Amino acid sequence: MASKKKGSMSFKDIIANNAVPIIFIALSAVAIPISGFSATYLIQEMLTRLARNSFLVLSLLIPILAGMGLNFGMVLGAMAGQIGMIFVTDWAIVGVSGMMLAALIGTPIAILLGYICGAVLNRAKGREMVTSYILGFFINGVYQLVVLYTMGSIIPISNPQLVLSRGYGIRNAINLTGLRHVLDNLIPLRISTIDVPIATFILIGIFCLFVVWFRKTKLGQDMRALGQDMKVAEEAGIPVERTRVIAIVISTVLACYGQIIFLQNIGTMNTYNSHDQAGMFAIAALLIGGASVSRATITNVFVGVILFHMMFVVSPMAGKELIGQAQLGEYFRVFVSYGIIAIALVLHAWKRMREKAEARRSLRGEK
Amino acid sequence: MKEKLQNFIENAGWPRIIIGLFLVSLFIAAPFVGVRIDASLSDTLVRVGMNGVLVLAMVPMVQSGCGLNFGLPLGIIAGLVGAVTSIQIGITGGVGFLIAMIIAVPIAAVLGWLYGQLLNRVKGDEMMIATYVGFSSVALMCMAWLLLPYTSPTMIWGYGGSGLRTTISVEGFWLNALSKYLHIQIGEFFYFPIGMYMFFALMVFLIWAFFHTKTGTAITAVGSNPDFARASGIDVDKMRTISVVISTVLGAIGILVYEQSFGFIQLYMGPFYMAFPAVAAILLGGASVNKASMANVLIGTFLFQGILTMTPSVINSVMQTDMSEVIRIIVSNGMILYALTRKVTVKR
Amino acid sequence: MSAEVPLLKMENIGKEFFGNRVLTDVSFSLMPGEILGLVGENGAGKSTLMNILFGMSVINETGGHEGKVYIDGNEVKFQNPHDALDAGIGMVHQEFSLIPGFTATENILLNRESTNYNPLVEVFGDRLKTLDRPEMQSRATKAINKLGVAISPDTLISEMPVGHKQFTEIAREIDRRKTRLLVLDEPTAVLAESEAQVLIDALKKLSKQGIAMIFISHRLQEIIDLCDKLIVLRDGRVIQEVKTTETNVRQIASWMVGRQMAVDSAGQTEAVERKFGDVILKTENLWVDMPGETVRDVSIEVRRGEIFGLGGLAGQGKVGISNGIMGLYVAGGNVFLRGKKIKLNDPDAALKEGMAFVSEDRHGVGLLLEEGIDWNIAFTALQVQNKFVKNYMGGFVRWRDDNAISACTENYIKALEIRCTGPKQRAIELSGGNQQKVCLAKAFAVAPEILFVSEPTRGIDVGAKKLVLDTLRRVNEKTGATIIMTSSELEELRSICDRIAIINEGRVSGILPAKSPAEEFGLLMLGHVGTDLQDNNLSGSGR
Repeated sequence: MASKKKGSMSFKDIIANNAVPIIFIALSAVAIPISGFSATYLIQEMLTRLARNSFLVLSLLIPILAGMGLNFGMVLGAMAGQIGMIFVTDWAIVGVSGMMLAALIGTPIAILLGYICGAVLNRAKGREMVTSYILGFFINGVYQLVVLYTMGSIIPISNPQLVLSRGYGIRNAINLTGLRHVLDNLIPLRISTIDVPIATFILIGIFCLFVVWFRKTKLGQDMRALGQDMKVAEEAGIPVERTRVIAIVISTVLACYGQIIFLQNIGTMNTYNSHDQAGMFAIAALLIGGASVSRATITNVFVGVILFHMMFVVSPMAGKELIGQAQLGEYFRVFVSYGIIAIALVLHAWKRMREKAEARRSLRGEK
Repeated sequence: MKEKLQNFIENAGWPRIIIGLFLVSLFIAAPFVGVRIDASLSDTLVRVGMNGVLVLAMVPMVQSGCGLNFGLPLGIIAGLVGAVTSIQIGITGGVGFLIAMIIAVPIAAVLGWLYGQLLNRVKGDEMMIATYVGFSSVALMCMAWLLLPYTSPTMIWGYGGSGLRTTISVEGFWLNALSKYLHIQIGEFFYFPIGMYMFFALMVFLIWAFFHTKTGTAITAVGSNPDFARASGIDVDKMRTISVVISTVLGAIGILVYEQSFGFIQLYMGPFYMAFPAVAAILLGGASVNKASMANVLIGTFLFQGILTMTPSVINSVMQTDMSEVIRIIVSNGMILYALTRKVTVKR
Repeated sequence: MSAEVPLLKMENIGKEFFGNRVLTDVSFSLMPGEILGLVGENGAGKSTLMNILFGMSVINETGGHEGKVYIDGNEVKFQNPHDALDAGIGMVHQEFSLIPGFTATENILLNRESTNYNPLVEVFGDRLKTLDRPEMQSRATKAINKLGVAISPDTLISEMPVGHKQFTEIAREIDRRKTRLLVLDEPTAVLAESEAQVLIDALKKLSKQGIAMIFISHRLQEIIDLCDKLIVLRDGRVIQEVKTTETNVRQIASWMVGRQMAVDSAGQTEAVERKFGDVILKTENLWVDMPGETVRDVSIEVRRGEIFGLGGLAGQGKVGISNGIMGLYVAGGNVFLRGKKIKLNDPDAALKEGMAFVSEDRHGVGLLLEEGIDWNIAFTALQVQNKFVKNYMGGFVRWRDDNAISACTENYIKALEIRCTGPKQRAIELSGGNQQKVCLAKAFAVAPEILFVSEPTRGIDVGAKKLVLDTLRRVNEKTGATIIMTSSELEELRSICDRIAIINEGRVSGILPAKSPAEEFGLLMLGHVGTDLQDNNLSGSGR
């Protein structure tokens, strides 16, 4: 983790370090009034989306801590969570117990997938991000194989509403009636017209505490060490490969829970699509919040979720008002989501190259 | 003999051999499940010709050490602009196709040059950045397609809408421009587009020849050992940029070849994932992350398109179900994973 | 220091690497609190000896070692560095093993942190224990105090001066409860003089607390200052063991490099007076930023047709000179070729000026391992001089003439006796000696006026060594090419060069005719420049 320079941080430094969130705040400041949404509406939307998405974004923190970059493989955890949800819906278990059961089923699957992901990434050191990205697609194929072909045939599904008309394979859209808003409404709170999902926030809060506490453990310290310099960590006797796998497993399991929270909020599950964008949106949000490939804090998570989703909500309407095409606004937000990741990756790579040159230059000139 | 076999297996790698055998078994099984071999073969060959140049576009950047070109959509976009403009101009037949190329290539060259400058500043992370640069540009073009002032009635939304449609047909313009007068038809099911193959062969020849020139040799060395190349006085960044430009231009040409055979121009999110089949194909053909040859292109495209063609027809007949999509995802991504997780033997 | 049983005793230690003998019959012992200095040229066997002591896997994987190692009178066989650490041996390497973004405390206690129990440990294992930072802080402070230096335990490594980083490394070894013997490998190499002094004082303090030390250095004054006794290694043997109070720098230097002046002239038939032309290459205040071989200020003049040697100990900068002139590393200062100032930092310009380079980094820079011998040999000539190129279409297409390349390759394969299956065999499959021949052929193919050769016989067998040196001599005689040869092996330089410059701490320590007594070179290597040794006399001393 790069140390902050001693002495005063000039205004220029502050802008440079937080360029991305600042741009987004500026964009939002312009777009919000154009879109014409009311403050109440926006606040409600933000609260809902914070509750819905924060957990997923938080799951990205630990691999970054361990120097493994952006975990595009978190989509594996999302798939594990969805499998849990499928079974719970099939067995018609509702309420909080339904959610917990889904988590219970999803956990071992997530651990297995996380282990596979970690092992594969260890074989692709230096290319973790691309590899986890492709692995996501690959496992998606396997997931489809399982869900579309074996469920309903080899794996018994009793509820006919879940199954496609041909007799096997899960339908594309599943209504999660029994689980809808279960967590959100657990502790209801209403401030004038705004619903605040207290229970979800409490859960998220607990998770944040966990992340903070984790950094203070030996395991967290080991990850910090190998995140900065794998060689030194190895020489000190830290089991590098195993620690990396653990980081990914934790991330995958958390993504699994995150996806369950996400789905219970939305209320329906697109069996073959819901997880697709989970990884991409979470990563985009984290980066927009000011995180980089090598450094991410809890603040980045929340700031990022708000800014990203603000843009998400506001762009279509702003586009419509400005140019007369809502479609333009939608494409704009797609462009921004991918563009921000591209920029973050470029900045990271560029910084890495500069640091290497800087390190060499410091040797020179010492008379 | 046994040693030769062992060497072959070691060089080819198990995944390739498995997929190759799988394809052969599909061809063998075909007649038994009511799928015509001549139709399947014809389909496969047509698809190979269609996709070949896109796969060829992978070669220059792999050779120069820039990795697999996940940013192929940049070149494809240039090609799309050429295609759409050509239809706007309205000239049909081979000339129309030529005009599309004449417009697309310079755009691709400029885009490629910019892209190359970017990649030179992010050495070591090219592949990930290429992916997202590709995605961002497709998304950016989505907005452009809505706003660009094209007016040809076959292309824009009906009922007085503005902006281009998602899919535009090239029928009546330059559909099959390459093979209209040069093709073979045997019986009802076997169609072989000689013209398209001749064009493909021309492209392959040009690239093969390029790598036999002084510059091409330098590019290969840069991919093999950049420090060696630098010590021999070569401007590494310049070689990389050249390879990126060529790759992007081939992408533009490739999508045009694809469209004249396929019959449609796919805008908006169409090009989004188009790099992946090309990447998978060249890896399937035996290329590594920093070495690719013409043989890799030909073998890989044939294997990949073979699987894509045969799997739906054969397996669907056998199991009464369409598993082709899932199999395609698993095969292509599995192949890329395999390549990414191999130990790199050459210094990077 | 009056314990009867030595803390460490190494007895009759020997080591052979695949027929190459590196250590023979090395014996010494060390008492608690005693400081032993270890002196020797490169290749004398110091690193191998320490690798054996520290149980490095490279020793076990290549057939183990001869002789015995005793700790406290008990024989030990270390299988890995962990065993050595357990037995109380700590090693401070030359390259720092520190995490830049961590504090001194965190680095000192890396992977040995103090922890507190919490219930989650039951489920998830030991590593979920929380760090006990106050305890860590006090441990770190204690270790730092043992050294007697002023470092705040909360400073980040990335913000420390080099000297403090060194101290943090040492503090880490001291914190290990069991450490009783500390091996320090060139610890003052990166330190300024004042920092070095602080280090020496700290080490003296440590030794008074009973920690024994092995101090490897080439700064003889420090050794005499700090150590109780020293041993000189040469060609794998202990030449001398002596108390530091009973010797001086000059004596140590002569032990270090002195060899039986073997009947070396017996083989030479000709005692031809070698004639040289005027100055062809001149450097003025050359500096080169090559990590590990920094050049600070080098000014030399080389005459046309000369074979000029660059010698010195490892890491002192001799390797950086040719790398800098050929543009492979950032360089500055002035370099004049044939009286004309040339452009630095541009490999293409250097090559076009008629200079060629055979790098010491055979695999990294010297070869395209995945390509054939033909490509390797022909490449530079192809790119820089357009050799092996057929021009078509008025020069627009420059086609690679594979036939001409093959023919040229066959010639070199014959001339240099390169053992291979043919011109297309991949370079990675050749032995080290044959790979070096390929690198030479690549340089010869451009017919250079000035040939820089760096460590030409490192890691190759005796037969190939002789052939390489003979070939260089022959090329110099036949074509009149000036050869500038960098080597760690003084004898090699003395056998082939006309004059040899010794580089120490990035500067020229002195230039002597090759026939000068070895001991003089030894002194230059150790940085001792006596007024009678400065010799820039260009009046052609013979071979």
